[in-house]
Amino acid sequence: MREIYLSGYNNFVLPFMLGMTFCLVWCFFGAARIIIQLPGSDRKKFFLSLINPKTMAKNIRDWFCDCLFHVKLWKRNKLLGYMHSSIAFGWFMLIVIGHIEVMLYTPDRVHKIWYPIFFRYFVAVTEKTMKGSFFFFLMDFFLLVVLSGIILAIVKRAHSKLFGMRRTTRPSLPDLIGLYSLWCIFPLRLLAEGFTADISGGSFLTKSLNVVLHSFLSDSMNMLPTWWAYSIALGIFMCVLPFSRYMHIPAEILLIPMRNAGIKISSARKGFAKIQVNSCPSCGVCIDACPMGAVKANIKDSTVYLNRQLKRGNSRRIEEISDKCLLCGKCTAVCPVGVEGDKIRIAQRATKQYNLCPDYSNIGTESFKIDYNKNVIGLNKHVSNIENKRVLYFAGCMTALTPVIMKSMTSLLGKAGISYAVMDKDGGICCGRPMMMAGRKEPALEMIAKNTEIIKSSGADILLLSCPICYKVFRESYRLEGIRIMHHTEYLESLISEGRLSLRKNDVRYVYHDPCELGRGCGIYESPRKVISSAGSLVEAGKHHKESICCGGSVGSLSLGFDKRKALTESALTSLTAESPDVIVTACPLCRSTFNRYSDRPVNDIAEIVDKSSL
Amino acid sequence: MMDNIFGFKISPSSAINMDKVDRALFRELCRVEPDAARCMACGSCSATCPAAAFSGMSIRKVLLCLQRGREKEAFGMMSNCMLCGKCMMVCPRGINTRRIILAISSIYGKEEVK
Repeated sequence: MREIYLSGYNNFVLPFMLGMTFCLVWCFFGAARIIIQLPGSDRKKFFLSLINPKTMAKNIRDWFCDCLFHVKLWKRNKLLGYMHSSIAFGWFMLIVIGHIEVMLYTPDRVHKIWYPIFFRYFVAVTEKTMKGSFFFFLMDFFLLVVLSGIILAIVKRAHSKLFGMRRTTRPSLPDLIGLYSLWCIFPLRLLAEGFTADISGGSFLTKSLNVVLHSFLSDSMNMLPTWWAYSIALGIFMCVLPFSRYMHIPAEILLIPMRNAGIKISSARKGFAKIQVNSCPSCGVCIDACPMGAVKANIKDSTVYLNRQLKRGNSRRIEEISDKCLLCGKCTAVCPVGVEGDKIRIAQRATKQYNLCPDYSNIGTESFKIDYNKNVIGLNKHVSNIENKRVLYFAGCMTALTPVIMKSMTSLLGKAGISYAVMDKDGGICCGRPMMMAGRKEPALEMIAKNTEIIKSSGADILLLSCPICYKVFRESYRLEGIRIMHHTEYLESLISEGRLSLRKNDVRYVYHDPCELGRGCGIYESPRKVISSAGSLVEAGKHHKESICCGGSVGSLSLGFDKRKALTESALTSLTAESPDVIVTACPLCRSTFNRYSDRPVNDIAEIVDKSSL
Repeated sequence: MMDNIFGFKISPSSAINMDKVDRALFRELCRVEPDAARCMACGSCSATCPAAAFSGMSIRKVLLCLQRGREKEAFGMMSNCMLCGKCMMVCPRGINTRRIILAISSIYGKEEVK
């Protein structure tokens, strides 16, 4: 390549340089601020992770998979995945190849930031470029890839359903400016390079365009204005980037190593939560996922809008949205960048100050007497040689409201010949999870300490829970060394596989509802399904596994009233009855009683159906 | 004093002089949470509450006490509330009791109660 301009500069690079400088300075200070806001121990963890080759390898993999290829979106919808990865990866390759070209052909211009971006304007083609068969071809190819992505993006604005999205985010004003400038950048680049292609060389796209343009427009007249337009579009995009959803492009680069370092959200508006909020691309996947979306008025309370309000600092709305959420965790499960909407909300709730604080010091733990019943030999005498473990059954508050579950469980434990005791037969202390969800960690920890004391002194080997809400907090926040914590779905599965319970299979069609805290919260999906399959035939709901819809009864929401929940329960029921099952089975007492209120068919806990079909 | 006469005892008077009760905070509570005034005192919440065994907690009673200016009694009951949400599930009026408890916790108790 031969340089045309001695100075290697033209005024048209100014808008781009202005935008680029602004954007880089903003991102640098923003990143520094977030790192400073991290608690000291987290900051140390973060820096240490950067020199750890294992986490660094994971970072690099995640950068490619998440930022460039958008693997999670591909899994959701092919078209959506292609749209995002074509723009991200295509643009990335244009930048990379642009730099390679500069390094190869004009190595003394490497230090000029604008050179790789506007390379074609400054150079004329010579013999060195292999007639454009390689680099020029690649440049045109990736430009075409990006352009195809842009076309899809334009189509998506009008027909989001084609991309598997029923609803999309309503863009804010900076979002719109960013969006339109982004749409302009690449067609303008094509046009600009098309006008210069006969001088600077080009490949299948730019060369052909040049021939077409040449037939009715003169180059010299149009070349400079199109390069100006291209630079201005870039400049506008860069300037508006920190205030729009496109902030996710730089923010995600920082989010990934922070997440891989194992940092957790500790404050709703600072540090890790802030980088998550800035990484939100406003894609709107969480809007369709949110169970509250069954009522149109609640759409504005989905995570994408919470993130927007957090960016704006609108305290009233932030509090309103945070208090309303059911904390089902579906937005977190589907989020392609990994924004933890539920944890941000809990952190936000924790900022609220209360004058009155609960105090449980008056509750004595010695009053809880634990008596294990005698080891009755079950009906299956041949398995009685299996070592018997002492099971402490903590039913929990919600099970106390649905005594049939406790009854079935104790009956099953008796049939299996287990030595067990019920910890809260005559009322107990709450597990602490509802208090945690309300953001009041201190009182929750007090309750946890009380329960830990009781459980540890009970001499149990297995702590059995029939409520996923309890199960989650027991797994996350309790330190019970030597005691195995099991949800009753897991425990029943092990009893059946050990042969301690034998079931008579009937031809009832069961549908299983994944409770939020059990499925998304603890990752237990298969145990309950196995248990149900051994009792009858299992059909799947419209949305299942990690996409399962919250029953609407969640104790996660602080402000959602009883009357506002009906529509949510009904939408979950519609999804559950998609395959017209005979019985709805769940593994959560709260889901059971919520569904029971509005369901047209029986709703049973998994323990009930096992008890009914066990011999 | 006549503490115990044939198995009966004399309790101190529990009459409340409503003229001396400052109900500004209760009105504030009802403004923030209109549901607080909708309680029909059926007692379902009292029957299910797990904290009742420890502090005699009952959201029905708490509301009644606050209405009558017996705040100290109410706070004593509330101190063991675990926010488990059982009262909310059994309430026939569909009152969001957890929200009321949180509202009481932030409206009341600004100054130390005598």
